[in-house]
Amino acid sequence: MSAPRPPTDPSGLERYYVLTGGRSGPGGSASSLDVATLIVSRAAAVPGMQHEHEEIIRRCRDPLSVAELGAHLGLPFNILAVLLADLLDAGRVEARHPIPASGAGSGPDLALLEEVLSGLQRL
Amino acid sequence: MDFKGFDHPDRQTAGGPRSVKVMIAGGFGTGKTTMVRSVSDIKPLTTEETLTQASVDVDNLIGVADKQETTVSLDFGKIGINDQLVLYLFGTPGQERFWFLWNGLFKGALGAVVLVDTRRLASSFRAIEEMERQNVPFVIALNVFPDSTDHPIEEIRDALDVSPHTPIVACDARDRASSRDVLIALIRHLQERSAAAMEPR
Repeated sequence: MSAPRPPTDPSGLERYYVLTGGRSGPGGSASSLDVATLIVSRAAAVPGMQHEHEEIIRRCRDPLSVAELGAHLGLPFNILAVLLADLLDAGRVEARHPIPASGAGSGPDLALLEEVLSGLQRL
Repeated sequence: MDFKGFDHPDRQTAGGPRSVKVMIAGGFGTGKTTMVRSVSDIKPLTTEETLTQASVDVDNLIGVADKQETTVSLDFGKIGINDQLVLYLFGTPGQERFWFLWNGLFKGALGAVVLVDTRRLASSFRAIEEMERQNVPFVIALNVFPDSTDHPIEEIRDALDVSPHTPIVACDARDRASSRDVLIALIRHLQERSAAAMEPR
């Protein structure tokens, strides 16, 4: 369904290995990240920061989903999750998880569904 | 570990935009990407995941280049619902066996649209089974192609073996209003389910 892609960069895996310091994700604070989680910067980039970390902070001044970040940075979800975990642990970004259809124990959220419905009807 | 928003993954978090997600599933060539494209506010994007055939030994970089890579992509778009709420639409990869790559792709989704091509019903069986197995509420959208023949909805329901409670609607995935109407049908279905769940038994 997607356009044919150019041949895979043969050094792709080495690049990811370097970016993440060999860590494979998601784990720890990255394990709850969703493709629709919104990332918002909470602190400015600091000198000497890894380029990709800086790039994430710059792009997330306004909330941006993990999926959009991945598409813009050309990084697979698992690699991005590792980088995001670093920033989350350092308090440099905040993660806003998608609102589930029904919060645990709080029951189905009819107000949310109504909000989505009226938004769609305005399209 | 304590992150703002992590302990309360619902709307208790202080101001700022939040997101909801809806999955667009269905067999290969049923129009998933077409639907995402027609209804999205942005030009649809693709996020990729790389799967290595052999697990990479984290302590040993030597030989990493020899590992086989498979790239699986996920097309997505978004709709601004209002200032504070964004709806993300994800067209699931045709290869269902890769859905696990995205950290529980369906977890936290409001629900799903399963696109069906009535000329090739069987191509969407797997997607329907997955929605049922993962307990994701869904509607069936029959993507009407120019040479599709008209089948009574109930015949299709029988053939797909879906519950009488699952709505089946016809659509043209290329058309924005038609795709929007499918999403509206999904939200109404979710409302009915919620209302039914709240009724005293």
